[in-house]
Amino acid sequence: MTGSQAGLSLQGLRVVFDGFVAVDDVSFDVEPGGAFGIVGESGSGKSTVLRAICGLAPLAAGSLQLTGTTEPSLPGSKAFRRQVQMVFQDPYASLHPRQTVDRLLAEPLAIHGVGDAEARIERALVEVGLGSGYRFRYPHQLSGGQRQRIAIARALILEPRLLLLDEPTSALDASVQAEVLNLLEALRERHGLTYLMVSHDLAVVTHLCQRLMVMQRGRAVEFVAAADLAAGRVAADYTRALMKASVGFARQAA
Amino acid sequence: MSDPLLEVDNLRVAYPAREGGFNEVVRGVSFALDRERLGIVGESGSGKSQTGRAILGLTAPGGRVTAKTLRFAGLDLQAITPRERRDLRGGRIAMILQDPKFSLNPVMPIGEQIVETLRAHRQVSRRVARERAIEALAAVQIDDPERVYALHAHEVSGGMGQRAMIAMMLIAEPELLIADEPTSALDVTVQLQVLAILDKLVAERGMGLIFISHDLRLVSSFCDRVLVMYAGRVVEQIAATELHDAKHAYTQGLHNCAPQLGAARHPLPTLDRRPEWAL
Repeated sequence: MTGSQAGLSLQGLRVVFDGFVAVDDVSFDVEPGGAFGIVGESGSGKSTVLRAICGLAPLAAGSLQLTGTTEPSLPGSKAFRRQVQMVFQDPYASLHPRQTVDRLLAEPLAIHGVGDAEARIERALVEVGLGSGYRFRYPHQLSGGQRQRIAIARALILEPRLLLLDEPTSALDASVQAEVLNLLEALRERHGLTYLMVSHDLAVVTHLCQRLMVMQRGRAVEFVAAADLAAGRVAADYTRALMKASVGFARQAA
Repeated sequence: MSDPLLEVDNLRVAYPAREGGFNEVVRGVSFALDRERLGIVGESGSGKSQTGRAILGLTAPGGRVTAKTLRFAGLDLQAITPRERRDLRGGRIAMILQDPKFSLNPVMPIGEQIVETLRAHRQVSRRVARERAIEALAAVQIDDPERVYALHAHEVSGGMGQRAMIAMMLIAEPELLIADEPTSALDVTVQLQVLAILDKLVAERGMGLIFISHDLRLVSSFCDRVLVMYAGRVVEQIAATELHDAKHAYTQGLHNCAPQLGAARHPLPTLDRRPEWAL
């Protein structure tokens, strides 16, 4: 699964639902092969940005395009969808409960008319560390971490260039979260993938991404490099509040 | 005070297995609790929530609960009648559940749910109950309690719903509060506000608190003492301030596997689950 890398460029993205502006004038670039994070609280519009990129939310204004790739494709086209895949937050909700792992993984291949399904499914399962023994199980027979691995395998099976990760570990236990984060990191190195990751957990985002954007109420509050964030060099008060929250509970001195 | 508030000795919870027999999900948990903050930490399936539910008598039908001692403020919880047990629930022992979206009644205004709880345990007039409910909402830092009183669960945010839940659980002034992942469904910033409210109430009212969570970092920053559970057993009991010197490999593993700001560790250490931990 090697090939050219793709980045993403977003200009003036705006998403409106029934008059409510969910995302307001957001622009950023993800370099090919890079990892970019978006943090913010619920309702800040971070997931909506991802959904707008893959066509699950309507664009009111703005444009987006893949960069640095030899196979340019229009957003929303089938070719674009093949290069951009998404992993959702809750592996308990994003896998069809009445389909086996085999069928879940075969579906994207059928949609995109990719042959050689047998070998690809086997390979994708090995890739995410599960092995073919899991191929004919149903989601309810898997643990949360295993389900998220299946969701990652489903996204990877089309050999995309850009992976959109919407809180991929927040439904998981801390120990399982570490395993999934390590898997994501190894996969990115192996395939030269570009990641765009959304999370409310600063530590998780800075672990995986080099640069990140902080969002609040649909707007970008701050762009910061992961290293600067770790060192506390941030400009916005909101970012500072998020940093404080990620340390844990601090009792007010009485 | 000689007796602890809650005494649990050799608590076991088992559910019928499909192949016959029973699957034990809590296997001999013992601890004592005073008017303090006790954390119970573990991964999904470690039996931490089942422990909390067994204390309250909320084990799902079919489940079997046994214990050498299960005593609350001198009352033997295994000997009293179901009716007496029911009077305790929501009255002297209260529980906050994980997600306000599922634990609040969707077709009843929030305020009336609080009134219902109060009137189930205290004999007060509707008017007084309403006033108390509004006071309770104000006590959990809801800005406009009169307005929120009349709202339904779907009209409030997760953080506000959880605060309303806390108000409801505290209105009968319980002596013991069991909070099962009270902040897991909330944003990090809101999480801390809710914890600050709980912390204040525990300090002011001298309640005992059992805080159940999978987040070791959060629990250790909030509680006095932490029980670490693995496969239905308590593998370690430790003061929250001494967590970094944890003895058990599982506690150390849980403590280390979360990514930390400013500490670049690639790859992250993962848990190497040893079969002997589950023995």
